[in-house]
Amino acid sequence: MSETQRTLTQNPLEKTWVPWMKSRLSQRRGSSVPQFTNSPTMIVMVGLPARGKTYISKKLTRYLNWIGVTTKVFNVGQYRRDATRSYNSFEFFRPDNAEAMKIRKACALTALKDVWDYFTREEGQVVVFDATNTTAERREVILNFAKENGYKVFFVESICDDPEIIAENIKQVKLSSPDYMNCDKEEAVADFLKRIDCYKLTYVPLDDNKDRNLSYIKIFNVGSRYLVNRVQDHIQSRIVYYLMNIHVTPRSIYLCRHGESELNLLGRIGGDSGLSARGAQFASALGAYMREQSIRDLKVWTSHMKRTIQTAEALGVQYEQWKALNEIDAGVCEEMTYEEIQKSHPEEFALRDQNKYRYRYPKGESYEDLVQRLEPVIMELERQENVLVICHQAVMRCLLAYFLDKSADELPYLKCPLHTVLKLTPVAYGCKVESVFLNIEAVNTHRERPENVDVDRDPAEALETVPDHI
Amino acid sequence: MLDNEEFVLENYPRELTQNPLKKIWMPHRNGHIAQRRVCMTNCPTLIVTVGLPARGKTYISKKLTRYLNWIGVPTKEFNVGQYRRECLKIYKSFEFFRPDNEEGLKIRRQCATSALNDVRQYLSVEGGQVAVFDATNTTRERRGTIVKFAEQNGFRVFFVESVCEDPDVIAQNIVQVKLGNPDYIHCNSEEAIEDFMKRIKCYESSYQPLDEVLDRDLSYIKIMDVGRRYLVNRVVDHIQSRIVYYLMNIHITPRSIYLCRHGESDLNIKGRIGGDSGLSARGKEFAKGLRKFLEDQNIKDLKVWTSQMKRTIQTAECLGVPYEQWKALNEIDAGVCEEMMYEEIQEHYPLEFALRDQDKYRYRYPKGESYEDLVQRLEPVIMELERQENVLVICHQAVMRCLLAYFLDKTAHELPYLKCSLHTVLKLTPVAYGCKVESFYLGVDAVNTHRDRPENVNVQRSTDDALQTVPAHF
Repeated sequence: MSETQRTLTQNPLEKTWVPWMKSRLSQRRGSSVPQFTNSPTMIVMVGLPARGKTYISKKLTRYLNWIGVTTKVFNVGQYRRDATRSYNSFEFFRPDNAEAMKIRKACALTALKDVWDYFTREEGQVVVFDATNTTAERREVILNFAKENGYKVFFVESICDDPEIIAENIKQVKLSSPDYMNCDKEEAVADFLKRIDCYKLTYVPLDDNKDRNLSYIKIFNVGSRYLVNRVQDHIQSRIVYYLMNIHVTPRSIYLCRHGESELNLLGRIGGDSGLSARGAQFASALGAYMREQSIRDLKVWTSHMKRTIQTAEALGVQYEQWKALNEIDAGVCEEMTYEEIQKSHPEEFALRDQNKYRYRYPKGESYEDLVQRLEPVIMELERQENVLVICHQAVMRCLLAYFLDKSADELPYLKCPLHTVLKLTPVAYGCKVESVFLNIEAVNTHRERPENVDVDRDPAEALETVPDHI
Repeated sequence: MLDNEEFVLENYPRELTQNPLKKIWMPHRNGHIAQRRVCMTNCPTLIVTVGLPARGKTYISKKLTRYLNWIGVPTKEFNVGQYRRECLKIYKSFEFFRPDNEEGLKIRRQCATSALNDVRQYLSVEGGQVAVFDATNTTRERRGTIVKFAEQNGFRVFFVESVCEDPDVIAQNIVQVKLGNPDYIHCNSEEAIEDFMKRIKCYESSYQPLDEVLDRDLSYIKIMDVGRRYLVNRVVDHIQSRIVYYLMNIHITPRSIYLCRHGESDLNIKGRIGGDSGLSARGKEFAKGLRKFLEDQNIKDLKVWTSQMKRTIQTAECLGVPYEQWKALNEIDAGVCEEMMYEEIQEHYPLEFALRDQDKYRYRYPKGESYEDLVQRLEPVIMELERQENVLVICHQAVMRCLLAYFLDKTAHELPYLKCSLHTVLKLTPVAYGCKVESFYLGVDAVNTHRDRPENVNVQRSTDDALQTVPAHF
């Protein structure tokens, strides 16, 4: 260990202090929360068809990517569709169909090979291995594979015997599957039920005794009960917490910004100003719109900033204030116009355009920080049913990116104009979005990424995409 | 119409004013604004422990209560054994607990009833949100009584059952917390253990664990083998979800948590708060001393955490080991007062300065944070500290006060005045139901940054009164 202290320099983009050593700068990514994932982790789904495995896989992957853990789903059914010409019938899945068994096993192995690639070449942190994995033998294959490569394994088993839930599943996601493209509804349902029966013959659930050394969660009947065994580390603990908070009850989430504010009109960012006249009009219109929607037990959330609260006040209903929903803190740039930022901090302005997601304002925050701050909000949104969230531009972009599975690159440029409500309704494996502009004019506050993001660009080039204001 | 519409629309929108202490925007009139608090349950919650003696019920009860209070959910535990001790005055032997001891059963039932009455008082009258009913509650009949009681009073019930058959764990429990128990004050270790084992036996024959089928409509978590396995049934709301998450993250593996501040900084010397300055010469001395101290402590697998501010990172750099940076560990944001001296704050913001002295926990700096905000920000850090084993946290004064308050169960009132001096390491070691604290001053001088609450907190006070307790600086 050397006696000399390494000098610290502040990374100009993320404003994190790092020791000045050539190679080390890349290692600590400077995110606001330590990652706590050392070994790559394989989440392995277990369960009969139509038990929500793919739903869980996709949702979990979306969540993990959003909080900054690089995750990818490997759906073995997809590999099977690629390997076989077309789907004929459930007979393919009969346990005595040796030919098919060979193909299915080969698909699983191909998928595992791709898992290895993802971990090794693409530096992924988590993989979700989405397949039935209903036999102890198949799970053994996966465990051995993981052991050989130093991956941790966490099983997620979904057990459900409620025929209504299964029927609903089949309706929502199986009928539209490529497998049943050319079938009519009744044929598809009948075939799929026979497919499930094929698996039932050999299904061995995770066993409390035999599998007591494995790490897993068993989800019973869409979450009324859970059995959790041997959680090994931080990421598994987060995954369990997430899985225990999600539900499938139909509901809608409404996202919008506060009404136009005084500072919006002046083209100034941040601050804590009140609504403009048009903003107040929007608030009334919002109230009318929400009443029209006739929503059962609607919860309304705002930030701690005056403009969102004023907007909520016009609705005439109870609302909750969340500090976590406050707009991104622009630090030394608070209440400035883009023109002023360009004048006083041209380098900062350029760095922000270079990497808007990771860029942290001096004495302020980055979008990356925002996501960490918003995680408890997302968790509570998952628990809730009908909610209206009145927030801010950057905040709304982060929440929207979570629901619509947008990447860190896209997130800071998502369009969230004033006076527009987005209604998100979970459907099948994703989210339906309806955009409703409430017909009250407002300034545009969306600044696109300019062409020239170079630190020595002209002011004109820097200000090319600044929207109009007073 | 919106279901929760309670107010007449004509009164809207109401005028907003900003509460001067917390800087929260509230409507002018008296309308109730629900500020996002952790637990948005309208119903109070009754947590009921279940399990044979020496299964960690009281350990869990106390720890959970401490956590919930720290995050701002008023919680209180009610230990029925305590009621029994008050009622009986003197504990003779395990015979009291024999299932055929009519007299004993009567007294025990009375004690449970008495405790439930106090629960009702706490939740319905005193404004408590969560009550932890700590008793064996090993029969379905007893639990049925409690459920009925809760229904009558509009409380939600959540059971926490601890099941453990590992004789080593049970023996360790007995040694740690039973031998020192008032019941066994006059016994020697062997007698005490023998009696206690017989006591457990009395419960075993009538023990009906929560059943997957018979109790499928109850909300509960079954903790098996000190956390190896959990069965979670019907979590119905936010607070229960948070409780489950917490219980699933705590462990009892022996370990120590070291808390300290960064070494003395350049701004510290000048008596300025906040900012992002580097270490002074003495601060660097401390960092070297810290390294030596840790080496002497000989800690297994120590994790080191810092904030993202230069002074904590510089301190960690001296240790020559890997460390993790947490933005959540950053010092409290003093907003417009950043980098000011107390004298300057008094000069430019005398009202703010006084408000802060009036309620230091809830006071939020303009465009900054409050201690209350800090606690919310630090919750994920606490959760991860619970998961970890040996950790050194190099942080800041206000942050360290919050963390310390969690471990030592300090109230919101005491928290902002906890003494966390520079160049002093606190070593916290969980023991029995609490935490042992050892304080190590590493022998390197530093300024004092602790400002006590002055006598006069009135907004009209003189400058002298306001600055009475400001520590010396350059």
